[in-house]
Amino acid sequence: MGDFWAIYILWLRDIKRYWYDKARIFASLGQPILFLFVLGTALSPSFRGPAGMTFSEFIFPGIVSMTVLFTSIFSAISIVWDREFGFLKEVLVAPVSRWSIVTGKALGGSTVALFQGTLMLMLAPLVGVKLAFFPVIESLVVMFIIALAMNSLGIVIAARMKEMEGFQMVVNFLIMPLFFLSGALFPMERLPAWLAVLNRLDPLTYGVDLLRGVLLGIHSLPMIFSLTVMVAFMFVMFAIAVYEFNLAE
Amino acid sequence: MNTEVIKVSNLTRRFNGFTAVDSISFTVNKGEVFGFLGPNGAGKTTTINILCTLLKPTSGTAFVSCCDVEKEPNRVRKEIGIIFQDPSLDDRLTAEDNLRFHGYLYHMNHKDIDKRIPEVLNLVELYNRRKDFVRKFSGGMKRRLEIARGLLHHPRLLFLDEPTLGLDPQTRAHIWDYVLKMRSETGLSIFMTTHYLQEAEVCDRIAIIDQGKIVDLDSPANLKSKYNETSLEGVFLKLTGREIRSQAGESAWTQWMRRT
Repeated sequence: MGDFWAIYILWLRDIKRYWYDKARIFASLGQPILFLFVLGTALSPSFRGPAGMTFSEFIFPGIVSMTVLFTSIFSAISIVWDREFGFLKEVLVAPVSRWSIVTGKALGGSTVALFQGTLMLMLAPLVGVKLAFFPVIESLVVMFIIALAMNSLGIVIAARMKEMEGFQMVVNFLIMPLFFLSGALFPMERLPAWLAVLNRLDPLTYGVDLLRGVLLGIHSLPMIFSLTVMVAFMFVMFAIAVYEFNLAE
Repeated sequence: MNTEVIKVSNLTRRFNGFTAVDSISFTVNKGEVFGFLGPNGAGKTTTINILCTLLKPTSGTAFVSCCDVEKEPNRVRKEIGIIFQDPSLDDRLTAEDNLRFHGYLYHMNHKDIDKRIPEVLNLVELYNRRKDFVRKFSGGMKRRLEIARGLLHHPRLLFLDEPTLGLDPQTRAHIWDYVLKMRSETGLSIFMTTHYLQEAEVCDRIAIIDQGKIVDLDSPANLKSKYNETSLEGVFLKLTGREIRSQAGESAWTQWMRRT
């Protein structure tokens, strides 16, 4: 029971910090909006996707995934931040288990990423994507799975980092390949073999394809398969995060 | 045996060959203010970190409230409040948020949290600043808030690691007022470290620690009469200061000699 309240308060702390910092909420939407409207509009004439679909429409689920990916991985920086500013000590000497600390942090970072993703999702009508009740609920579930998986990945990195610069360097090194190889910006059919292999190795591929299936009704892989891969990746990453955090402190 | 809140036996901690704490033993009694006095790097913070379960001892044992710090860290954690040497507040949250966070982490009853927050904030005279973000606070206010937080969950034992470091004399005096008031009201035991000698005078007993070893342990009055000094300053110099000063002096002197 004590662990439950610890998880709740760690989660609430991340939500509060997010809510107090309104500038960040809007600033971090800038990049995905540029991708969606500038890249989407500019490349639409030369795009030959599924019949009648514009490029903006096609990349919309990818851009939502991108927002979730960036927010959730970077949320984990708060662990490095807390260590540097001493707050982590306050948490570590409290009578709570290590796993509940990781769980609270992971749920907090994922919820923040889910909020950001939802803000992007609300732009759907602007690019001609129609939202209906069930697809929205399904999208929220998919976004949360992506968020928890990627936030756990961030925690795995943060658990070993003593400085903010180190964390940013490693994350920047990872985040761009994760995004670009995922098929967020291109159809997964007709890829050269080397790119197809890299694409299938990228866990985000399955999240993007799933979200595209839910929102646009088109997908390249069986949806149940993508869902299984994504959920499995999420659990594995979360388990490693708990393990690493126990080890590091 | 229940009069002891801390019992340390032959406690040792090494870091890659360097011995920070070297086989120390002492006990702290219930209701006592016990001071660890020593120069920087003497092993004071290492000892505190072991007692509050942040570090594991290399050898020896430490019991806090009758629980082994190594085997039952969570039981120890519930009994103690800690004010760290470096700030450990979330400055992006308000003063009240920080306290509430702490209450939840310490499994406090929610009604008790609501009742306790104004109490501790009044004690450190920050009640009317409760809605302010901590990043707007001065160093002294942050320290006071940390004391309020350390006391929130009714700990039986309070650790204060250099609680007045870097604060002006007036704030320092204030902080001791709060802590001693708290002690007379609740019978709290206090374990503190400091290198301000005047502050060590508030202690019932002092352990003088140097290079990881306890060189003497007694009440301030007894220490002064034993070494025939009028101040703790003199006692400290007699016990450790001469050596530290001569070492530091020697190396500076030899360096200067080499250059000329």
